[in-house]
Amino acid sequence: MAEFTLPRNSKVEKGEYFPTTSENKRVFKVYRWSPDDEKNPQMDTFEVDMDSCGPMVLDALIKIKNEVDPSLTFRRSCREGICGSCAMNIDGVNTLACIKPIDEVKGDIKINPLPHMPVVKDLVPDLTHVYAQLASIEPWMKTQSTPPSRERLQSPEEQHLIDEASACILCFCCSTACPSYWWNGDRFLGPAILLMAYRWIADSRDEATGERLDQLEDPFRLYRCHTIMNCTRTCPKGLNPAKAIAEIKKLMVARSA
Amino acid sequence: MTDSPSKKERPLSPHLQVYRPQITSISSILHRMTGFALAIGLFLVTWGLIALANGRETYEFFMAFCASPLGQVLLAGWTAAFFYHLSTGIRHFILDAGFLYEKDTAGRSGWVVLLSAAILTTLTWGYIYRDFLLEGGVL
Repeated sequence: MAEFTLPRNSKVEKGEYFPTTSENKRVFKVYRWSPDDEKNPQMDTFEVDMDSCGPMVLDALIKIKNEVDPSLTFRRSCREGICGSCAMNIDGVNTLACIKPIDEVKGDIKINPLPHMPVVKDLVPDLTHVYAQLASIEPWMKTQSTPPSRERLQSPEEQHLIDEASACILCFCCSTACPSYWWNGDRFLGPAILLMAYRWIADSRDEATGERLDQLEDPFRLYRCHTIMNCTRTCPKGLNPAKAIAEIKKLMVARSA
Repeated sequence: MTDSPSKKERPLSPHLQVYRPQITSISSILHRMTGFALAIGLFLVTWGLIALANGRETYEFFMAFCASPLGQVLLAGWTAAFFYHLSTGIRHFILDAGFLYEKDTAGRSGWVVLLSAAILTTLTWGYIYRDFLLEGGVL
């Protein structure tokens, strides 16, 4: 059953204030929680001097960590939108902090971890469950035929079918933007995993299409998608998980017809 | 990760509380809410049918209730819910056929549905109140 409010231990409280003397400043409100004390999560406020800060939200977070509070915890790696580590909720929408310009946000910049996830610390969500769901769709090529003496070939058209799904960086912005995944994430696979599932279903070289569809033929795994389409709206890579899920549903209908 | 020094339970990150309302999710939840409202509103329709079968007096009482401010508000809400649910129903029909999934159309079709529900409701009630509107010089 959907739980619309936060559990008692997750209610967000008012946090600390870190001012700056700079004239040219922006205010960042950041979700904080540490397993090392007994406190509830809180929103800390950091004023950041924009004269000495890079243009992206990640630049501001790194600046805060370097200069104000070294205990601020978040994932980051490539700083160019290809690793998917710094996925978080910025100004109410999931995106990658490294490619989100501070200028695009009006007023205070509110930063939360990816929604409806267990928090490890500050902006770091526990991704164990989504990774397990990814493993459950067996995201690798499965074949029965004798391997050819060279690569398994595809036509450009066949490759084009999986171009988009292959570009997914598994940041899980989409899955954690999906209300259906919020309420049924224990059994519904969510847009990111279903996009991956489609990537292998649509792959002309894969020979386990029927088996893959069998595995998804379930009231929860696939059919908890109610075409809300928050996933497609939020994807920082401009991909379209909602459409991929619709393609899977179409294949389900086609094979039973 | 399994043997964290702290045994403290991890908090759940905020979701509805922080996610900026999206036209996609709003139009979806409204579809469910209007569906629910329509089901509840059927009690009013059923009452009307029973009143009709029961004879003139009960039917006149029902009609008087419908003409009262409360009755008008309920009927207006029910027609708005009806037209919204009808419009999103058609949108979902198109989605099920595999269209409207592009990035721009996904959100835009939500706005189209809201607009169409508003127009149809206004037209219906404009028609019901046409004499009043004509006399008042609004039309």
